[in-house]
Amino acid sequence: MVTLGILSAFSGDNINYLLGGLVITVGVSVISVIISLIVGSIIGIIQFEEIPYFSSFVGTINNIIRNLPLLLIIFFVYFALPRIGIHLPIFLATVIAMSTFESAMLAEIVRGGLASIDIGQFEGARANGLNNMETMWYIILPQAYKKMIPPIISQLISLVKDTSLASGIVLAEMTYRGQIVYAQNSTYIVPVLVMLTVVYFLLNYGLSLIAKWFDKKLA
Amino acid sequence: MGLLQNYFSTFLQGFGYTLLSSVVALVGSMLLGTLFAIMQVLPTRWMQIVGNIYVQIFRNIPLLIITLFLYLAVAKVVKMNGFTAGTIALTLYTSAFIAETVRAGILSVDSGQMEGARANGLKFGQAMRYIVLPQAFRVALPSLGNQFINLVKNSSILAFVGGLDLMYQGNMVAANSFDTFTAYIIVGIFYLVLTLPLSYYMQYLEQHLKAKA
Repeated sequence: MVTLGILSAFSGDNINYLLGGLVITVGVSVISVIISLIVGSIIGIIQFEEIPYFSSFVGTINNIIRNLPLLLIIFFVYFALPRIGIHLPIFLATVIAMSTFESAMLAEIVRGGLASIDIGQFEGARANGLNNMETMWYIILPQAYKKMIPPIISQLISLVKDTSLASGIVLAEMTYRGQIVYAQNSTYIVPVLVMLTVVYFLLNYGLSLIAKWFDKKLA
Repeated sequence: MGLLQNYFSTFLQGFGYTLLSSVVALVGSMLLGTLFAIMQVLPTRWMQIVGNIYVQIFRNIPLLIITLFLYLAVAKVVKMNGFTAGTIALTLYTSAFIAETVRAGILSVDSGQMEGARANGLKFGQAMRYIVLPQAFRVALPSLGNQFINLVKNSSILAFVGGLDLMYQGNMVAANSFDTFTAYIIVGIFYLVLTLPLSYYMQYLEQHLKAKA
C-alpha cells in the first residue's frame, strides 16, 4: 500500500503541475538575467570609469545590495514596499527583487571583465580617432563580454536555484508547487523532492556544461 | 527606531543563531570541501568520480531543496530541529563550492611540488598536508572569502524551517509589529555588520595579492 502511495506521487497531473512551475522558474530566471545584464553593465561601466564621487557612491550601493541575502530582498520588495505605498503583484515583485540582486552581482563581473582588457586596446582605439563611447561600444565591450560568458552562465545557474526562494512569497514556481503536491499526502514528500532535485539538476548541470564549453573555446 | 528598542533581544537572538549557524557550517564545509577536493585530484579513478558526483549534485540543486529534504524527510528518521537541518544543509551546499575552489587551488600548485615532496620521502598524505595544501589555500583565499560571504547570506534559508535565525526573527517582528519596512531594514543592517567588513577585507586582500604577484 505504501509503495503504491509513493508511486501515485508521479501521477500525470502532479508531473504536469510541477512542470508548469518549471516554466515560471525558467521565465523568472530568464527575464531577471536579461534585466540584470543591462542594469549590471551600466553599473559595472560606471564603477570602471571612476567618475569622481558618483562611481564610489554607486559602488557603495552596489556593495550593500551584494552583501544582503536575496531572501531578505525578496521579502523587502513584497512585504515592506507596500508600507510606503508600492504594491506589487508576486511575479513582478520576484522579478524586481532578483534583478536588483543579480544586477549587483553582474556589475562586479562586468567591472572585472573590463579591468581584464589590455590598456593598449583603449589607447589604440582613441589613437584611431574613436571617442570614449565608441571605444567602449565597438572595441572594449565585445572583448569583455566574450570573457564574461562563463561567469554570466554561472550567475544564471544561481538565479535558477534562487528562484526557489520566491516560494517564500508564494510564487507558484516549481519548489512552491512541490510543496503544494506533498501537502496533500505526506508520503509524497520524498518522491516530490527527488523529482525537484532531478529537474533542477538536469537544468543547471546542462547550463554548467555550456559554460564549460565556452570556457574551453575561449581559452 | 522604537522597533529596534522593543525587539532588540529578539533581533540579537536571531543574530546569535545566524552567527552560530554560519560558524558551524563554515568549519564543516571547509573540512568536507577540502576532503572532496582532495578526492577529485587523487590518482584513484573511482574516488575522483565519487568526489565529482558529490560536487556536481550539491552545486546544481537549490539550497532550499536540500534543506527541505533534511527537515521533512531525514528528520523523520534522525530527530533534528530546523536549526540543525538548516545548518547541515548549508554545510553540504557550501562544501561543494569550497571543494571546487580548493580543487582549483591544488591544480594551480606546480606538480613539481608534489613530486619533489614525494622524492624527499614524504607519503602522499604528508606531501598534500604540508606542501601542496598550504600553497593551494593561499591561491584559493580570495574566492574562499567570497564563499564565506555567500554562506552567511545563505544562512537565511533557516527561516524556511523555523531556524530562529536573523531572517526568521525578522519575519516574526515584521508580522507582530506590522512595521515590515523598519523590521526588514534592521535585519539588513544586522546582516551587513557580518558581510560588509568581510567583503571589504576580501577586496583589500585581492588587491594586495595582485600587487605582490
